[in-house]
Amino acid sequence: MTTMQKLLQLPVNAVNIVKTVQSQVQGQSQEEDKSPVLSPDGGQQTWYSALQPDELRHLRPGGSGGGGGGGGGGSSGGGDQDERATLDEGGGFQNQPLRHDDLKEMLDSNKDSSKLEAMKRIVAMIARGKNASDLFPAVVKNVACKNIEVKKLVYVYLVRYAEEQQDLALLSISTFQRGLKDPNQLIRASALRVLSSIRVTIIVPIMMLAIKEAASDMSPYVRKTAAHAIPKLYSLDPEQKDQLIEVIEKLLADKTTLVAGSVVMAFEEVCPERIDLIHKNYRKLCNLLIDVEEWGQVVIINMLTRYARTQFLNPNINESLLEEGGGGEKTFYGSEEDEDDEEEEKEKKSEAAALAKRKPYVMDPDHRLLLRNTKPLLQSRNAAVVMAVAQLYFHLAPKAEVGVIAKALVRLLRSHSEVQYVVLQNVATMTIKRRGMFEPYLKSFYIRSTDPTQIKVLKLEVLTNLANETNISTILREFQTYIKSMDKDFVAATIQAIGRCATNIGEVRDTCLNGLVQLLSNRDELVVAESVVVIKKLLQMQPEKHSDIIKHMAKLTDNIQVPMARASILWLIGEYCEHVPKIAPDVLRKMAKSFTNEEDIVKLQIINLAAKLYLTNSKQTKLLTQYVLNLAKYDQNYDIRDRARFIRQLIVPTEKCGALSKYAKKLFLALKPAPVLESPFKDRDHFQLGSLSHLLNAKAGGYQELPDWPEAAPDPSVRNVEVFALLERVTTLTSVPEWTKCSSREKRKEKKVEKPFYSDSEGESGPTESADSESDSASGSESGSGSEESGSGSESEESEEGSESEEEEEEEEGEEKDQKKKKNKEIKKPVQESESENSSEEEERKNERKRRQRKNDSESESEEEEDESESESSQSESEDSDSEAEVKKKKVKTAQTKPPPKPAKTDNKKGKKEMSLLDLDDFEPAPSPQVTPVNNFLSNSLVTDLEGLSLSDNVLSPATISPSSATKSYELLHRITGEGLSVEYCFSRQPFSPDANMVAVQIEFTNNTTNDTKNLHMEDVKLQSGMRVKEFPEIELLPAGETTTAVMGIDFCDSTQAANFQLCTHSRKFFVSIQPPVGELMRPVFLTENEFKKEQGQLMGMNEITEKLMLDVKCRNEHAIVQRVITAANLSRVPCGSDKECRFSGRTVTSSSLVLVTVASKEEGTAQLMVNCEKMVIGTMLVKDILLALTQ
Amino acid sequence: MLGFFVGEMIHSLFLINLSGDIFLEKHWKSVVGRSVLDYFFEAKEKAVNPEDVAPVLQTPHHYLISIYRGKIFFLAVIQTEVPPLFVIEFLHRVADTFQDYFGECSENVIKDNLVIVYELLEEMLDNGFPLATESNVLKEMIRPPTILRSVVNTLTGGTNVGDMLPTGQLSNIPWRRAGVKYTNNEAYFDVIEEIDAILDKSGTTVFAEIQGVIEACVKLTGMPDLTLSFMNPRLLDDVSFHPCVRFKRWESERVLSFIPPDGNFTLMTYHVSSQNLVAIPIYVKQNISFFETGSCGRLDITIGPKQTMGKTVEGLMVTVPMPKAVLSVNLTASQGNFTYDLATKVLVWDIGKLNPQKLPNLKGSLSVQAGAPKPEENPALNINLKIQQVAISGLKVNRLDMYGEKYKPFKGVKYVTKAGKFQVRT
Repeated sequence: MTTMQKLLQLPVNAVNIVKTVQSQVQGQSQEEDKSPVLSPDGGQQTWYSALQPDELRHLRPGGSGGGGGGGGGGSSGGGDQDERATLDEGGGFQNQPLRHDDLKEMLDSNKDSSKLEAMKRIVAMIARGKNASDLFPAVVKNVACKNIEVKKLVYVYLVRYAEEQQDLALLSISTFQRGLKDPNQLIRASALRVLSSIRVTIIVPIMMLAIKEAASDMSPYVRKTAAHAIPKLYSLDPEQKDQLIEVIEKLLADKTTLVAGSVVMAFEEVCPERIDLIHKNYRKLCNLLIDVEEWGQVVIINMLTRYARTQFLNPNINESLLEEGGGGEKTFYGSEEDEDDEEEEKEKKSEAAALAKRKPYVMDPDHRLLLRNTKPLLQSRNAAVVMAVAQLYFHLAPKAEVGVIAKALVRLLRSHSEVQYVVLQNVATMTIKRRGMFEPYLKSFYIRSTDPTQIKVLKLEVLTNLANETNISTILREFQTYIKSMDKDFVAATIQAIGRCATNIGEVRDTCLNGLVQLLSNRDELVVAESVVVIKKLLQMQPEKHSDIIKHMAKLTDNIQVPMARASILWLIGEYCEHVPKIAPDVLRKMAKSFTNEEDIVKLQIINLAAKLYLTNSKQTKLLTQYVLNLAKYDQNYDIRDRARFIRQLIVPTEKCGALSKYAKKLFLALKPAPVLESPFKDRDHFQLGSLSHLLNAKAGGYQELPDWPEAAPDPSVRNVEVFALLERVTTLTSVPEWTKCSSREKRKEKKVEKPFYSDSEGESGPTESADSESDSASGSESGSGSEESGSGSESEESEEGSESEEEEEEEEGEEKDQKKKKNKEIKKPVQESESENSSEEEERKNERKRRQRKNDSESESEEEEDESESESSQSESEDSDSEAEVKKKKVKTAQTKPPPKPAKTDNKKGKKEMSLLDLDDFEPAPSPQVTPVNNFLSNSLVTDLEGLSLSDNVLSPATISPSSATKSYELLHRITGEGLSVEYCFSRQPFSPDANMVAVQIEFTNNTTNDTKNLHMEDVKLQSGMRVKEFPEIELLPAGETTTAVMGIDFCDSTQAANFQLCTHSRKFFVSIQPPVGELMRPVFLTENEFKKEQGQLMGMNEITEKLMLDVKCRNEHAIVQRVITAANLSRVPCGSDKECRFSGRTVTSSSLVLVTVASKEEGTAQLMVNCEKMVIGTMLVKDILLALTQ
Repeated sequence: MLGFFVGEMIHSLFLINLSGDIFLEKHWKSVVGRSVLDYFFEAKEKAVNPEDVAPVLQTPHHYLISIYRGKIFFLAVIQTEVPPLFVIEFLHRVADTFQDYFGECSENVIKDNLVIVYELLEEMLDNGFPLATESNVLKEMIRPPTILRSVVNTLTGGTNVGDMLPTGQLSNIPWRRAGVKYTNNEAYFDVIEEIDAILDKSGTTVFAEIQGVIEACVKLTGMPDLTLSFMNPRLLDDVSFHPCVRFKRWESERVLSFIPPDGNFTLMTYHVSSQNLVAIPIYVKQNISFFETGSCGRLDITIGPKQTMGKTVEGLMVTVPMPKAVLSVNLTASQGNFTYDLATKVLVWDIGKLNPQKLPNLKGSLSVQAGAPKPEENPALNINLKIQQVAISGLKVNRLDMYGEKYKPFKGVKYVTKAGKFQVRT
């Protein structure tokens, strides 16, 4: 294409092009004219003129030489010819670089088009890896160019060369600083992006400032860019680490998905060790995860994997302990290990097992949250995301749940071969630990002849790992096909695989061996050689059975030339020469003949063979051996010479070294252990799966070790979000589901150490002790000597508290503590009241205290305070209210949403005085301490919540529940049929401590006769399948006219089927049955409004039942509705923003399926009832029951 | 070297052609010398096929992660720990973007659009970490070249850099830009199923499964919210989605609910549960044998219909990679054409439509290099085929509803069944 043609094609741009083309014609490369440093103002001009003569010099030779100007790279013409024409000139650089001078000229021109043209060429040069650094001064001037396209290309250039031309780069800084203030977020972002990419140390402070500012920008996009800039600055100046961590901390708190991925990336690169920064953001990150962009997801998931490993307990703890005890023994303890050790180990094992039994593992709800929120990402289209989730499950999930990843990983095998390569490596590692997981997908790993070799070999690895007794025949049949492949490397790998199958699965060893022996007659030498090597290993396992194979192999020495195979055969014959006594010397004879022509490894084995034969059969082989050793003596290889000398000394007895030669036979013919054919992927899982380090099986730079699980879980409360301090307190109090399970004090103690919710400094042992002493008098004195807060008078205490609270405004913890104290005070008062009113025995109070203590496991000092307040019974009502006012004040001060506890209290007092204490105390257990409360939550719903729970006066030993008026009692045995014994039962709505899956049923026996009833007990329990019953303890004596209660537990399996049994006394038996209303098959669960909505969203369609209803006249206010629903079903109120809607949540007792109830009232008493429950039957029945409750 | 690592995911990117020329390089931080690539070239020399080059290589100071697409190696230089799949997936996304922008991903096209390519890379990675990889977002920032625009650009001196600022990145749904307008509102969905199978010598199915994909082409104004439901969603065993699909709704209702990207995209891929028996549409009768003496062999292949759902099998093609020793073939085809490439030793028989009345047959003799041993293994037959208007799994789209917009779009669904990795062992 001539220049003329080009001109014709580009009429409008002609002027520019003429220039370009001319210059191109004249152009020569000009490496030598490195730019001098540009002086800020006007310096350029002079520099340019100074260059003039230089330019002229280049013009002359250029004119004569550069005929081929815009050669155009020979690309074919097409429709986009025009576009290409301009670029082709760029392309021309390869052969005929355009002179930089001309580019400079173009950059200096006034026309944007010509600047653009020049920039395009320069960028093209950079893309090709050509040096364009000397254009820097000319380019940097254009950084302020108005044309956005030119600007963009200038940025590209700047980022590339700024590091090399630091002084000049500084000229551009002010432009970016201006850009940082631009109203357009994209300009701000791009200014920050470029600014932070300029690797010039001197601007570090400017960058720091810019990043800090951008981190609080309104636009999430700019904040994202700020996150990206952090590692850039860090790599430029690691000194900035501390400041950068502050920014990271700030950005981690960001709630937008756009920022999340980028900031975690920055975190990983700057301060991956600061795991503490994650605590407060952990739940947020988990919840945002699904909406974060793909790349961010990968980074976050990998980080959270590490996080979880430091914060949660191993979900497989029990299993792994047992496993280690069982399976591990074989590998760890060889025959030599002394007995003691083993015993010790056994002890340990049993100890561990006992430990595991004693402490049932309960997964941290946050741990569960992570697993739940990552699972949907297995469906991502992005292989990296899928892999990230897979590794997370592999490293963190309970064994039973890991299986879900198999399907997703198998799906990735359809992807590009590079993806397959990586996935297969990881699958290979997984299959060693969790074979069962991939077994159903065995056929997906079958090999196609079109697979690349590396994929074939990896699939083979997986197939081998998956082989077991049941599928081995299928796999071997498949292997048979592979052995015929044209790809010989693959065939060799297959033979190795067969060898491994044979060693691992005893049943097929002979089959495999026979198959391999057949391969010995294969035409391909490589195949034969590989077979020999593998057979050698197999034969070592049971040589005596296979002398015929050894014979067969001996014959092969005539044909087979591959050194490794020859060496293997010779070793075999030598090792088992007793099994082939006739052939062995003959082989040696042949080998001696060809000794000089053999490879080194073969020669060494010939010497070995000779030595062994000499020792076993010296009569026949003495001469041969000497001959061989003589040959070896003069070999070129010093190894061989050495070996020959050494062996001669050893086996041929001389006077000098007779001592050692005695043992020669032992030395040479020692029994050698059979080799273990192991997968190269064994134990690779100590690297985090999916990582580069795992792939390479070597630690890569910057790799963060996957920590081991902690022995005891660190404080989970660190993940609680502070803002909702009080609310949280309430929930943390309620969220110790374990307490229900512990009945002995020791266990409580254990718990306490394990889960210090408020690890306040004032010695945890103190309060516990005081509780332990459990004598009232003691408590009084203790409180006197007690804690710092225990004032002598109410006045002083109050003032102290006041000052404290002010001081501690900033300290969240202290405040919480304070609040707690207040709360306790409120609780205490009623205690006293009830005490005095009921004048109940000490017994009861003790029980109460016990209860309280259980609650207060977390609050270490509350005990003390209780005692304190009890002793100071003179504290007046006014003080109480004062302190409440204090609370309120504080609330205002800190501008936090804290519900006034007062209404709750008063309400309770009015309602049922004696219950009020228990109410507050026994806020029902919620499954998770995670709360995102709604502002007006406590103000209106705490009351009702408490009401709903009022019946759950908590007693852990199931024998002492006092029936309450509000629980509906059902008759179990009428006094007539019971011949004077009447029995009633009610659902106490207590957690049944011996078994959480059981519903507690409280039974009240009344003896209306005049005789004592003895030996009341249960017999002949008849249940539907799956149901279980925990009988109440036998009541030995029920005196005449007395009443007693007992508690039994029934696991109804979430069905309303009756539990039938016989009630027996010493003289009679009565057939009775207990049938639960559906509402009693659940336990309350605390959810926030958001959680509720989220859960509800997942329970739609079939799982949702809606019913319209007309509310009963007496039931048209919120309060009444709540009461009736809660009476009908054991549910917990969910805080709600609107007073038109009441929401309730619970879980079924056995299967823990969520039950969500919504009652939305509308005008004129109409309302809508909606129940969402996975268990459709339960849902339907519940709808009926609640409907009935609300309409009657 | 400082004593610490500050990684960026991807340090540098090189594009290398088959003959080992580096025709593009981009560095996101300091420049990495080309000498690091020597390790790659060494591995490439060793490999018989370009696919055999290991995707991850280790050098003393760097790691090289590469993919092979469109006869180009995309090679990323890494300095620190990074999930290899992260890089591989990203490199494929780069190649996809080129494909999307230029219609193909080849050396020539990249060379011709060097500046656009460079700008794209600039946008896709920031400091080595992926920034914008959605083609919709990229297209707003950097316009793809079209013939018309090239002409206009040349005349006006314009470029392909978007002069409007993008909006997509800033919305909650990064895959769709705001303000989309069409005069004809259309949404097309292609349900494409591929049968992966291995048949053994006797015709028994060793392994068979169906992999499906739904490709969509949606040109709808505004912000439509689509819901696509299936007659028999239970068929789907394993799925993966475009990020636009709301996973929760799929979990609970088995419907695809999404705000679509503008233009072409892959909505979902799926795997049909293995409990369902896979219908194999054709059977193959073959007899390939080599004789010990005489340096020759025989080949006889007949293909017939098996389970075709009453539809015609089209685009039937058989590819046979012959053993290296086979010098030439002397065959006759009753239908279609065949070619034998002497260099690659691949026999391709292009049959076309399968006529059940007159089954296509290819037979004749193969001549083997004199003196060479009889080939150990018979070559496997790779089959291609296509059946229009049927998804072999029986999957059917029930309905497509649109919410959020007033107009009535034109909706279309098409079904195709193809052979995926369909291999017959002989």
